[in-house]
Amino acid sequence: MARAAIPGRLTWQLARVVELVAETDRTKSIVLDAPAWARHQAGQHVDVRLTAPDGYQAQRSYSIASAPEDAHLMLTVEEIDDGEISPYLTEELRAGDDLELRGPIGGYFVWDSVQPGPLQLFAGGSGIVPLRAMLRHRAATGSTTPARLLYSARSLQDVIYRRELLESPGDSGVDVAVALTRSWPEEWTGHRGRVDERLLDAEAWPAGDQPWIYICGPTGFVESISQRMVQRGHPPDRIKTERFGPTSG
Amino acid sequence: MDEHTLDGNAIAGPLHQHLGREMTAARATCGHCGKTFVLAELVVYARAPGSVGRCRHCESVVLVVTEFRDTIRIHWNRFALAEPPTP
Repeated sequence: MARAAIPGRLTWQLARVVELVAETDRTKSIVLDAPAWARHQAGQHVDVRLTAPDGYQAQRSYSIASAPEDAHLMLTVEEIDDGEISPYLTEELRAGDDLELRGPIGGYFVWDSVQPGPLQLFAGGSGIVPLRAMLRHRAATGSTTPARLLYSARSLQDVIYRRELLESPGDSGVDVAVALTRSWPEEWTGHRGRVDERLLDAEAWPAGDQPWIYICGPTGFVESISQRMVQRGHPPDRIKTERFGPTSG
Repeated sequence: MDEHTLDGNAIAGPLHQHLGREMTAARATCGHCGKTFVLAELVVYARAPGSVGRCRHCESVVLVVTEFRDTIRIHWNRFALAEPPTP
C-alpha cells in the first residue's frame, strides 16, 4: 500500500478525493488531495490503479487537468462504455475515498510558460484535459504568450470546461474556437462539422509564426491534424502529440 | 494505423518507474529501419496482456512492456537509446 515516497522516484501513492465535479453527462473531474505529490508540469498525466477485493488490479492513464499552481490535483475522466476503470471513477467514487495513483508522468507532451513562441492547442473530445492544464498554467504564471485553442467536440453538451473556455474574457490572450461535429444549437455561430482547411486557415497560427503545437485526442483526430500541420509547413519537432483510444477506459 | 493504437505516452508510467527517469522525451533508434524518434512517438498497442510498442516508420516491434502488481518487465527488441533524456 502507501509507502513513503522517495524524492525523484516514481511510486504508487494514495490520494484522497476532495470533491467530484460533473463536467458533462459523461465526464467528471476528480479533485484530489495528494500529500506526497511532486509538482507536475502542464500536460503530464497519472496512472490510476484500482484493486478489487479479490486482489485483481487494473490501471489506466489519465491526464492532469489542473495547473501546477492550483491548490489541488485534478483529473478529468470520461466514462467509456464497457470500460474497466472509468465507470468506477465516474459513478462509484465518492469524496473521502482514497485513490491509488502514480505520477506525475511524461516529459514530452508538456508545456512551460517560459517556452518562447505562441501556443497552438488542438483538442479532440476529452483531449482537452491536458491542454486545459496548459491554459491554466499560462494564466497562473501571468504569461503573455498568445495562445489559440481549437477544440473539436460532438455537441455543445460534450464541451468539457464549457463555461471556463467559452466565457473567458476576450482580453485574456487566448483565442478559443469550438468545432461541433455532430449537432449544434440553431443559433450556433461557431464552426459546424469536422476541422477543415478553412477553419485551420482562420483559427490556427501559420507556420511563419513558429508556434508550439500540441494535439491531443483520439488517434484519428491526432493523425489528421498533425499531418495537415506538417503539410502547412510546421516543422515536425514543433508538433507534440498524445493519442488516446477505447483502450483508455 | 488503426483507431485502437495509442502512442508512447501511454507507457510512460512503467518506463519511468522501471528505469528511474522520464523516458517519453528520450530519443531512440529503431534497429530494424534505422530511424530515430522520441519514445512518445511509438505506436502502442495496449490491448494485449502488456503493451506492445512498434516503430512508427517500419512498424517493427521494438519493445514489450508488462506490469503485474509491482513487477515491471520490459523486453527491448533492437531498439537503442540514442541519447540520454533531458532531466
